[in-house]
Amino acid sequence: MAGSSLQFKDPWQEQRLFLSRIIAAAVVVLLLTGVLVVRLVHLQILDFERFSELSQGNRFRIDPMPPTRGIIYDRRGRVIAENRPNWELVAVGEEIDNLDRTLHSLEELGLVDPDEHATLRNLIRSHRGFERVKLSNLTEEQAATFAVRRHLFSGVDIQEALARYYPFHEAVAHAVGYVGSISAADLERIDRTNYAGTSHIGKSGVERAYEQQLHGQVGYRQLIVNAQGRVRGEADASSGVEPKLPVPGQNVVLSLDMDIQLAAVEALQDFRGAVVAIDPRNGDVLALVSSPSYDPNRFATGLSRADYVALTADIDKPLYNRALAGVYPPGSTVKPFIALTALQHESIAPDHEVYCPGEWRLPGQTHRYREGRGGVHGKVDLHEAIVRSCDVYFYQLAVAMGIQDLSDGLKAFGFGAPTGLDVMGEQSGIVPSPEWKKRNFSRREDQVWFPGETVITGIGQGYMNVTPIQLASAAATFAARGTRFKPRLLIGTEDAVTRETSMVEPAALPSIEDHSPEHWQFVIDAMVGVTSETGGTALTVMKGVEYQVAGKTGTAQVITIAQNEKYREEDIEERQRDHGWFVAFAPADAPRIALGVIVENAGGGGRSAAPVARKVFDAFFAAENYVASEP
Amino acid sequence: MSLASLEWGRAATSGRKRGFKGIVVDMPLLLIICAIVALGMVVLYSAVSAESGLLLRQGMRFAVGLVAFFVMAQISPHYLRIFTPWVYLLGIGLLVAVAVEGQITMGAQRWLDLGVVRFQPSEILKLAVPMMCAWFMHERRLPPTFAQLTVMGLIVLTPAILIGEQPDLGTALLVVAAGGLTILLAGISVRVMLVFGTLGLSALPVLWVLMHDYQKARIFTFLNPETDPLGTGYNIIQSTIAIGSGGLFGKGWLAGTQSHLEFLPERSTDFIFAVMAEEFGLLGLCLLLVLYLALVGRGLYIAAEAQDTFSRLLAGALSLTFFVYVFVNAGMVSGLLPIVGVPLPLVSAGGTSMVTLLAGFGMLASIHGHRKLLAA
Repeated sequence: MAGSSLQFKDPWQEQRLFLSRIIAAAVVVLLLTGVLVVRLVHLQILDFERFSELSQGNRFRIDPMPPTRGIIYDRRGRVIAENRPNWELVAVGEEIDNLDRTLHSLEELGLVDPDEHATLRNLIRSHRGFERVKLSNLTEEQAATFAVRRHLFSGVDIQEALARYYPFHEAVAHAVGYVGSISAADLERIDRTNYAGTSHIGKSGVERAYEQQLHGQVGYRQLIVNAQGRVRGEADASSGVEPKLPVPGQNVVLSLDMDIQLAAVEALQDFRGAVVAIDPRNGDVLALVSSPSYDPNRFATGLSRADYVALTADIDKPLYNRALAGVYPPGSTVKPFIALTALQHESIAPDHEVYCPGEWRLPGQTHRYREGRGGVHGKVDLHEAIVRSCDVYFYQLAVAMGIQDLSDGLKAFGFGAPTGLDVMGEQSGIVPSPEWKKRNFSRREDQVWFPGETVITGIGQGYMNVTPIQLASAAATFAARGTRFKPRLLIGTEDAVTRETSMVEPAALPSIEDHSPEHWQFVIDAMVGVTSETGGTALTVMKGVEYQVAGKTGTAQVITIAQNEKYREEDIEERQRDHGWFVAFAPADAPRIALGVIVENAGGGGRSAAPVARKVFDAFFAAENYVASEP
Repeated sequence: MSLASLEWGRAATSGRKRGFKGIVVDMPLLLIICAIVALGMVVLYSAVSAESGLLLRQGMRFAVGLVAFFVMAQISPHYLRIFTPWVYLLGIGLLVAVAVEGQITMGAQRWLDLGVVRFQPSEILKLAVPMMCAWFMHERRLPPTFAQLTVMGLIVLTPAILIGEQPDLGTALLVVAAGGLTILLAGISVRVMLVFGTLGLSALPVLWVLMHDYQKARIFTFLNPETDPLGTGYNIIQSTIAIGSGGLFGKGWLAGTQSHLEFLPERSTDFIFAVMAEEFGLLGLCLLLVLYLALVGRGLYIAAEAQDTFSRLLAGALSLTFFVYVFVNAGMVSGLLPIVGVPLPLVSAGGTSMVTLLAGFGMLASIHGHRKLLAA
C-alpha cells in the first residue's frame, strides 16, 4: 500500500464515480428483473392454457422403453443366452406413499424377499422418482396373487418383461457369466439415461465384457397417466416429445463349440478342476470349463440372499472361475517349454545323457531333490526325460541354463502375465526370477535368490504359478510353433435387425522366433512320445486314439513331503492330495486344438487330467462338421 | 420500485445510527429478510409435503443465520477490513484442504468434515472474495489501473478455479460474479470493460474444453430440453410445466399438482421457485420479486451512503451478488438460463448458504450502523 500513497485520493470525485456506478447497477437490476417478469408472463399468461392442460386433467409421463438384449450364440449358432417372457413386479418410487409399509405388505404376500428389504429400498431411492424399478420375478401363481390385490398397492405393478435365460444352465456359466439386477454400484459406471428402462446388467463373463454391444439403446414414449399414475394410453406428438424406438442390442457369436464344452463338463463332472481348449490357428477358445459350476439362471431371475450366501460359502467354491483365476504350480507341464529354451541357448545337446538314481543334490549340499514319483529312470536323454518325465534330468538342466534364461523362456510363452482373454477375472500367475524376488519380498534376507530355487523351478514347483488358460494358451503357441494369438471368446457380432454378421479378426501377438524348426520338432516328437512310447506318462490313457496327441503330464504338489517321507495318497486328506495337469495339442503335425486341463486333488496328471483331455479330444474329432472361424 | 425503497429506507433509519443500547441492527434490512424467509417457509411447507423435520432444520438454519447477522453487525467496517486478508487466506487454505483430502460426497469434493459439522469452504469465498477486492482498492485511487485490475483478477480467479475443479461450476460462477461486481463498482472505464469482455468471450471455448461432460450436457439440454427427456431435460420440462400451469393466481397453497405428485425434482432446494410459481401464480412471484428488489435496493442505498472505499465496494458488491443469485436461480428454473446448482437465496432449503447470506447482510448492517455522524 505504500506505493499508492503517492497518488492523490479525491474523495468527492470518487464518491461521484461510485454513485454513478450504483445508479447504473440499479438500472441493470431493474432491467434484468423486467426480463424475468416478461419470461414469467410468457409462461404463466400467454402459454397458460397449454401448460395447464399438460399438468391438469391427464398427466404425461415419459416412459422409457428398454432395448432387447442381444442373444449369445456359440460358433455354430446354438443359443447360449436368450430372452424369455416373464412376469416382473415393478415399483415407481414417486407414486408410493410409504415405501417401507408397501414393501412389508408385499413381503407378507411372499412376493418380495424380506432379506432384500433394505437393498430394494435403497435401489428405489437411488432411482429418479418416475423410473420403474424391478422388485422381483413372479411365477404365474404369484402374478395372480398380486393381480387381485393390485388396487391396494399404489405405485406397484406387474409387467411382462423379457428375462435372461441360459438354456445350458451350469455348462457355460464361467465363460458367459450372467446378468443380475442393476445395483447402486452399477449405476455409478453406466450411462443412467440409457439404462432408464433396464433392470439387468451383465455382471461377469461375456455378459459383462460385451455389455455395451449386448445392451442396445433405450427408447422412450410419452404416456398419459391418471392422478394415481395408472397408464391411460400413449400420448400423441402434440405433447412435445417425439417417441423414439429402442435399438436392440447386438447378437454376439462366441468361439465356444458347445459339443466340446459339454464333453469337457461331463468329463470333469465328478471333480474340481478346469479345462480350456484353444484353436492354435486363431486363439479361439473352444471350451472354457470350471468345475463345479452354478446355474446363471438363478442370478438372472434373482437369487435370494440366503442362496447367494450358500453359494459363496460352498467349500467347492462354484462361483470361483478356476480356468481364469485358479493359480497352481504347473509341475512337469513346464518341461517342454524349458527343454525348448535350453536347446535354443545350447545349454544342452539333445543327446546329452544323465543317470537318474531317483534323487539329486546340488554340488556341495546335502538337500536331496527327489524324483516326484520316487522312481529310478536310469540312463535318460532329453527325449526320454520328457517322455518319462524325469525330474533329475530337469534339475540339472535348470541349473545348467540358469534362472534368467529359464524364466525369460517361460515368459515368452505368456506365463506370468494375463493372456488378455476378452473377459475379466484373469490372474497373472508367477514366473519367479531373482528380479521377481526383489520386487515381491520386502525383507532383504528374503530377497536373496537361492540355487535350490532354480532347481525346483526346473520341474515347475516352488514359487511358479500358472492358470489353466495360460497353460492352454502356451500349448496353443507351442502347437503353432511360435505363432501367438490372444485367446478370445468373441468371434463376431450380428445386427439383431438386419441379421448382418460381422466377424472379428483374430488378435495376433508377436510370435516367438527364437527357436529353430528342428528344436520345435524335437520337443514335439518327445511330447508325442508321452502319449505313444513305452514309459510315456500318458500312454495308457491315450491308447487307441485315431489322432496323434502331443502332450505332457504334470503334478502340482499341494503339500510338501518331508525329506525322509514318501507321498502315499491313502495317508493324505483328499484336499491335500496332488493336483493333476495335462497339457496337449492334436493332431501333432497340424494342430487344430490345444488343451490345458487341471483336476484338483485327484493325483498325478497321467491318471486324473489326461483322461479328461482324451474325452475332450474325442468329442472334438468326432464332430466332423467342426468349423474353423473364418474372419 | 428501487427508488421508492431508497426513500423509505432513509426515512426508516433516520436518527437510528445505533439501536438500543449500542447494538447495531438495521431494521429495514432485517424486516425484509424476515418477510422473505417467512414466505419461503410457507412454500417449503408445501414443497416437502409437511415433512416437519426438513422445515424445522430450515428454521434452525435461519436461527443460526440470525446469530451470524447480529455478530457481523457489531464488527465495525474498520475491523472487518483488518480481518479481510486472513479470512481470504483461510478460505483458500480450506479449499486446498478439501481438494487434497476432502470427503467425496456425490462424486464431487465440496465438503469439509469437521467432525461435528460439515460445511463447504466455497461458501466462505462468496464473502471473502468481494471483501478482498474491496480491501485491495481501499487506499488506492479509483478507478483502478490496469496493473491493479490484474491483481484483483488473480484474487478472484484463484478461488474460482479451485471451486470449479471440485467441480462446482455454479458456486465458481457466483464467486466470479461477486469479485467481478466489486471490480465494476470500483469504476473501471468502459474501454477496459470492453477489453475484458472480449477476453472473456474468447475464453469461452477454453472453458468449454475444461468443462465436465455432465456440465456440457446441461448446456445442450438447456438449448433443447426435448432431446433428452429421460435425463437432465426432465427437470426443465417439468419446471416449465409447473410455472406455466400456475397462471396468474396460482393453483393455491398445497394444491400444486406438479409438486405434490412429485413430477418436479429437487422441489425443496433448487427448484422451489417453480413450486411457488405453481401454487401462488404470477402475483405470488411478483410479491417475492418485490421483496427481493427491496432488499437489493436497501443494500445499494447503504452502499451509496457508506463513507469509505472498502465499505462502499463491499456493500455494493454484496447487494448486487444477492441479486445475481435470485436472477440465476429464477432464470434457470424458468428456462432462461442453463441449469447450474444455485439455490434461491433465503428460500431454498439446505446448506450453509443461508448462514453465509445472513452474515453478508450483517456486514451491510454494520457498514450502515457504524457511520460517523460527522460525514452526514
